[in-house]
Amino acid sequence: MATEILSGKVHVQTTINGESVDFLAEPRESLLEVLRDHLGLTGAKEGCNNGNCGACNVIMDGRLVNACCVLGVEAADSTIETIEGVASPEGLHPLQQSFLENAALQCGVCTPGFIVSAKALLETNPNPSEYEVRWWLAGNLCRCTGYDKIVKAVLQAAEEMRTEG
Amino acid sequence: MAVETRTGRTVKHHDNTYNVIGTTPIRHDGVEKVTGEALYGSDINLPGQFHGKVLRSPHAHARILSIDTSRAEALDGVHAVITGQDIPEPADKIISGGEGDGNLLKYKTENILARAKTHYHGHPVAAVAAISPHIAGQAVKLIDVTYEVLPAVLEVREAMAPDAPIIIEDLLTELDDQVISETPSNIAEKMVYETGDVDQGFEESDLIVDREFSFGVVHQGYIETHNATAHWLKDGNIHVWCSSQGAFSIRSELANILDHPITKIHVTPMEIGGGFGGKTTSYLEPLAALLSRKSGRPVKMNMDRDEVLKATGPTPGGYVRVKLGVTNAGIVKAGYAELAFDAGGFPGSVVGAGCKCVFAPYNMPNAKVVGYDVVVNKPKTHAYRAPGATHAEFASETVVDEICRELGLDPVEFRLQNSAKEGDWQLDEPPYARIGHIECVEAARDSDHWQTPLEQVPGKLRGRGIASGFWFNVGLTSSAIARLNSDGSVTLLEGSTDIGGTRTSVAMQFAETLGISVDDVFPIVADTDSVGQTDVTGGSRVTFATGIAAHDAANDMKQQIIAGLADLWEMSEDAITHRDGTFLTDGKSLTVREAALLLTDEEIFPVGRATVTPERVGGAFTTHIADVEVDGETGKVEILRYTAVQDAGVAIYPPYVEGQIQGGVVQGIGWALNEDYVYDDKGLLRNSSLLDYRMPTALDVPNIETIIVEVPNPGHPYGVRGVGEVPIVPPPAAVANAIHDATGLRLRDLPMSPARVQAALTSQNGDQT
Amino acid sequence: MRELTGGQTKVEVPGDTVREVVDALDVRFPGLHDRLIEDDRLRSGLAVFIDGANSRRRLRAKVEPESELYFIESLGGGLTPTLEFKKA
Repeated sequence: MATEILSGKVHVQTTINGESVDFLAEPRESLLEVLRDHLGLTGAKEGCNNGNCGACNVIMDGRLVNACCVLGVEAADSTIETIEGVASPEGLHPLQQSFLENAALQCGVCTPGFIVSAKALLETNPNPSEYEVRWWLAGNLCRCTGYDKIVKAVLQAAEEMRTEG
Repeated sequence: MAVETRTGRTVKHHDNTYNVIGTTPIRHDGVEKVTGEALYGSDINLPGQFHGKVLRSPHAHARILSIDTSRAEALDGVHAVITGQDIPEPADKIISGGEGDGNLLKYKTENILARAKTHYHGHPVAAVAAISPHIAGQAVKLIDVTYEVLPAVLEVREAMAPDAPIIIEDLLTELDDQVISETPSNIAEKMVYETGDVDQGFEESDLIVDREFSFGVVHQGYIETHNATAHWLKDGNIHVWCSSQGAFSIRSELANILDHPITKIHVTPMEIGGGFGGKTTSYLEPLAALLSRKSGRPVKMNMDRDEVLKATGPTPGGYVRVKLGVTNAGIVKAGYAELAFDAGGFPGSVVGAGCKCVFAPYNMPNAKVVGYDVVVNKPKTHAYRAPGATHAEFASETVVDEICRELGLDPVEFRLQNSAKEGDWQLDEPPYARIGHIECVEAARDSDHWQTPLEQVPGKLRGRGIASGFWFNVGLTSSAIARLNSDGSVTLLEGSTDIGGTRTSVAMQFAETLGISVDDVFPIVADTDSVGQTDVTGGSRVTFATGIAAHDAANDMKQQIIAGLADLWEMSEDAITHRDGTFLTDGKSLTVREAALLLTDEEIFPVGRATVTPERVGGAFTTHIADVEVDGETGKVEILRYTAVQDAGVAIYPPYVEGQIQGGVVQGIGWALNEDYVYDDKGLLRNSSLLDYRMPTALDVPNIETIIVEVPNPGHPYGVRGVGEVPIVPPPAAVANAIHDATGLRLRDLPMSPARVQAALTSQNGDQT
Repeated sequence: MRELTGGQTKVEVPGDTVREVVDALDVRFPGLHDRLIEDDRLRSGLAVFIDGANSRRRLRAKVEPESELYFIESLGGGLTPTLEFKKA
């Protein structure tokens, strides 16, 4: 729910990583700014601020979105999953473990975006081909790895998740 | 738990075996980087901080007639506005930054904030601090600047012409520290490197090929944009948090630029989201510091992508000519080259390094190379992965391919026959130490890729190319401090920003030396107050040089443990030896863990330390094979298969060596095929977004196959060679040679974009060789 | 520097330290000292390699009989063309 208040800021209620969250945002602020600057969720990164790099990707109502291209006020009454919600108290998500085991990160700044994107892929296609992984991840830029180890990490995680059911 | 997969294989030229080196532990900083918890520069927020924004020049070349900041200052929420007049008048002195490049402080300061003129589109003119980034952004638009727009010059050969618009009015050309121009020029420096008798060498040649090449501007394209947060305290202490390749470089630049005592500047390196040479200098740090002083609050600044592309330091565009003479038997006799590189808006390109690399893979008895550092109305260029080498060797490695075609020689055999080897000539460098170029070419020749013929499909234009690459690598200074904890674990402080897993590759060398598990080493990238002098993470130097510091610190700790045990056991230190992590003496044997417990119980706390400046660095070589398919209609080039063979000396952490190779190759493929700065006729950059500045995606490239060759580097205790930079060098030449194999066309201008390839395919006058 | 040595790039001179080698060179090729040294330090941007090692002690470094010295620009800075000196 979004309610404009006197200061020109808007009161927004939403759900982030399973928690009900309230925040105040200016209408011009992106969801990425809200996450990073107001809610302290800095795992989503700003790489371009216009939807070209995928470093800020989050899952919103089941859809993969660039948080920089969604307004904070648009998040009202939605369900958002960020990188901070991917691991559980019991441990890392298979994708996170697989990224570590496959040396699929170097500087690591694109990594949260890739993991969120890959998670969205595997939720709709648990058995992707290498081509499908590359196609799906073409919206995420990585300048360090040349992508090979990322693609292998996603394929390995997919296999593990299928095996574990 | 360890890294599970190796994607490539290793060809060893040594029999050394290790306990830790060559294994695949999970990197120490891994978990926080896959969970989003790692803090990069823009992830910190200080209480009460303001946000800074920069006003940038809308013109490529203009005189600043006046700046009126009053409307910006009047905006509610604005707390400070600064212009070039707020920076101390710079002295005429050289300061060091980046990969050892000297720079006049005056130019560096003017690049950070323009004084009288703007030299390129996006040049900073003023900066604002306000309570939010949006208000700061509004405020910069309220700064009124009157410009006198001047004619701009962007292309390097045009800028060298006698009638070109002069960008720096008192700039005279220097050669060998002597002024050689009588009137102001855009040519800041001319350099000449010569060995043997090049005229004689060409006379002895049966075939001489002489070609010209051109290059657009290419950006490093790190995903994290530049950022800095500064807090100028009332007592004059300045704290800075930033994502830089070198916290110590930022500290020294700030001391010079702000004319401030270095002991009062405290730089904390945050995690860094890529750099590739582009984050070895300061842009925002001095502005954030000045805005903090003026506003009295911490100030955080963050560039957007448009600013990064317009106004940080890309690699130069430019011009290269290569002339190579060989006998009919394919023996290289002489080489001549001219390189003219964009310095950008201020002097100081990487052309000198390019000059020294152009013929480096070959034993060249006679050579002359002339370089020009040229000021143009584009952003001040900076280092990008093996700076200068990719341009230079794109030219020489395609000329080599042309010679092989002309003489009917096998390009592998040509390279083996002429390869540089230990003891051979190196232009303006001492003779090569043990290097691995021949071993790389042999491993490429023996690879599955080279041994498997390229499948030809009717109607498709397919071809294969091969090219080698060389880069110097650098040593510089690194420090490490190691504390032995009571449980036998070690806290390892180092000064090298970890840009791709070097906490672990350095910790592994420490663990190997002391004889403990790498999981018992806790590496920390420390701030400038907490660890010894450490130069930038650049020049492929961290695993090499900081690795030596860790090795030496481990030996220092080992010696202190022996001294402590000798004291406790009341015996001579000579009676105690160390082997495989165990301290031995007559009848006694202690592991490091047992020794730590014993010593710390007696209030003995060993602290190993080392600061090193390696004197023998050793060069890096690589050989790449590319298969391409050229779309005859659109000119689009697809990479079908790619193999990179590289001498890593000894690979400390093989999957991350492969990762460096794969990343460098993909950057090189982007440079070869797509990446380019597009300027309009007014000198304004027209593709300053990641949509229009097109870097490769996962869909654009195949798996990059890797072969690690290990020819140990005699300059490192474990034989390490830096691996980070050289893999970017061969891709443009390997791809160009493959395009020639596919189409018969020689493309000599980068990028080999679809439009260029298509034009070459359809042109009646296509240069068919 | 070649113009100061009449085009010669390899020279044999005596000296026990780099400083002495440079002094000996200056006797043979007047002006070379000032080209290599400023304020009693190796000029900024120059490096001296002794038998393949980039010497950190520079002018103070000891030179062995038959040592090979190279005065070169350090990477990325300076402008000095090749000059190789061999100690006699």
